Amino acid sequence: MEAEAERGNLAGVQHIILVLSGKGGVGKSTISTELALALRHTGKKVGILDVDLCGPSIPRMLNVQERDVHQCDSGWVPVFVDQDKTISLMSIGFLLEKPDDAVVWRGPKKNALIKRFVSDVAWGELDFLIVDTPPGTSDEHIATVESLRPYQPLGAVLVTTPQAVSVGDVRRELTFCKKTGLRVIGIVENMSGFVCPHCSECSNVFSKGGGQELAQHAGVPFLGCVPLDPQLTQSLEGGRDFIQEFPKSSAFPALVGITQHILSMASPRSS
Amino acid sequence: MFFPAVASAMAERVGPALVDVPPHECPGTGSDQAGKAAACQGCPNQGLCSSAQPAGPDPAIEEIKEKMKTVKHKILVLSGKGGVGKSTFSAHLAHGLAEDENKQVAVLDIDICGPSIPKIMGLEGEQVHQSGSGWSPVYVEENLGVMSVGFLLSSPDDAVIWRGPKKNGMIKQFLRDVDWGEIDYLIVDTPPGTSDEHLSIVQYLGATCIDGAVIITTPQEVALQDVRKEINFCRKVKLPVIGVVENMSGFVCPKCKKESQIFPPTTGGAEMMCLTLNVPLLGKVPLDPQIGKSCDTGQSFFSEIPNSPATLSYRDIIQRIQNYCSHDRPQEERKP
Ligand SMILES: Nc1ncnc2c1ncn2[C@@H]1O[C@H](COP(=O)(O)OP(=O)(O)OP(=O)(O)O)[C@@H](O)[C@H]1O
Ligand SMILES: [Mg+2]
Ligand SMILES: [Zn+2]
Repeated sequence: MEAEAERGNLAGVQHIILVLSGKGGVGKSTISTELALALRHTGKKVGILDVDLCGPSIPRMLNVQERDVHQCDSGWVPVFVDQDKTISLMSIGFLLEKPDDAVVWRGPKKNALIKRFVSDVAWGELDFLIVDTPPGTSDEHIATVESLRPYQPLGAVLVTTPQAVSVGDVRRELTFCKKTGLRVIGIVENMSGFVCPHCSECSNVFSKGGGQELAQHAGVPFLGCVPLDPQLTQSLEGGRDFIQEFPKSSAFPALVGITQHILSMASPRSS
Repeated sequence: MFFPAVASAMAERVGPALVDVPPHECPGTGSDQAGKAAACQGCPNQGLCSSAQPAGPDPAIEEIKEKMKTVKHKILVLSGKGGVGKSTFSAHLAHGLAEDENKQVAVLDIDICGPSIPKIMGLEGEQVHQSGSGWSPVYVEENLGVMSVGFLLSSPDDAVIWRGPKKNGMIKQFLRDVDWGEIDYLIVDTPPGTSDEHLSIVQYLGATCIDGAVIITTPQEVALQDVRKEINFCRKVKLPVIGVVENMSGFVCPKCKKESQIFPPTTGGAEMMCLTLNVPLLGKVPLDPQIGKSCDTGQSFFSEIPNSPATLSYRDIIQRIQNYCSHDRPQEERKP
């Protein structure tokens, strides 16, 4: 019970997963959002912690950008995305006066808020806590990994797009994981191929295979290729539930595959 | 408790007070009260303000001002969103400007944790040389020099796991200690966001007057919402916005030649945003897989695909930026 008490607000959280990439715009927030939705559909309770302080995307992707965070005795109450409270979210997006306000902060201020995000959010009981991050290997990442270390995260999902310019940055992120002792759950190759809606020809808009090669080269699991899927972009723009609405679309099987990998990894530990 | 002022006021909603620390409370880093005033108690920056930061402005700012006397135009390439094509744009703006042999062009990559300029400009594995007058940039052509943290790493796996102050120190060195020589255009490629790198570059170049910023976005709202923040950042730090480039705007299928919106402009795209915020739209560049390929192999796509719509649009945008720099705001009239 003592250990429970020390875990404080994270006491009821079973598994913590970080979503990382050295490269920007590769789909970290997309994978975080869809992973949360897919886990919800398997009956899990999921929290999302958005530590991208300068460019928070998750509130829009879950269509809760107008909501507020409130205070309770044990800390900050996250925003619940649905009536049944199966997905909860904490993001700096909820703390801004106007949505377009720039958060012009240097490292120490970002670190301080991340520490509070980790210790002061009253998550309650969660099967999974997914942490969406900005690109890079700097303040936000060091602060997140350091403050989560006592809670032994399950590991990190690394997202890349197939082209060499992006894979190069993700190689550096792998080194970050190694140096900080963070387990790599695996690599996702996102935006891998685009099927023309007019003629069904598949174009490798951002090349192909780079993520898979990197996984092999680094000896870490490859979690699959998620194609460029306009229905996915549209769902995220409107904050709709892609997993619920588009089970026939091209990105669906890949996203479900990643979710299953994570569920199977998590199951032995949950006992 | 890190934000004491907030904790007491935080009865119900956790609100913007958290984000905007009232300015009248913070003495500011330049003040000799920095880190010592009552308002500094418990502020996460207190340690930094009271010790590391010397009172008054950083002497490097003056040194950089001296150094930058030989640099005519300075352009920042910014975006709030990641992966929208800042580095691709920076590199090709430089290639385009350097086609005029009489112009000396330089690229400074201040994306310290994710430097992609060396790869995109075909300079991977190059190292910086030390000369009597400082670090010398790596040259693509005689009139196109490049500086990036990538040239200081020993392996492609090296991660730069640095917090803000160390990144800021590097940026200062890049500006003060690099032997830039006589330059017509200095193009600064940045990481996404509005944090240490952005504040530092504006601060260090503050005394030298920057021509302005080119903002890169893609058409979808998920990107635009971050880009609006970047434009607000520019306004906050009084950095002129030269204009916005909408990248990856439409994809033409190589087989059937029909266009698809891979990143759909669900809220009107950059066009609508520019209208609302009253900033110029410099142009739209379509998504062309050839651009990605050229970047991966370190070639300029101007020579690879000289007649593609993407190249033509790029050329038009570069022309506008040149016009802006030469006509709109003559050097002498600009104020720092
Ligand atoms: N597989 C996909 N198919 C179609 N669109 C996608 C796919 N993955 C991501 N997108 C879109 O690409 C854009 C960038 O994705 P996202 O915002 O998730 O990237 P990110 O890595 O979180 O970016 P940042 O580094 O700025 O935080 C979004 O508009 C998203 O909707
Ligand atoms: Mg994101
Ligand atoms: Zn087609």
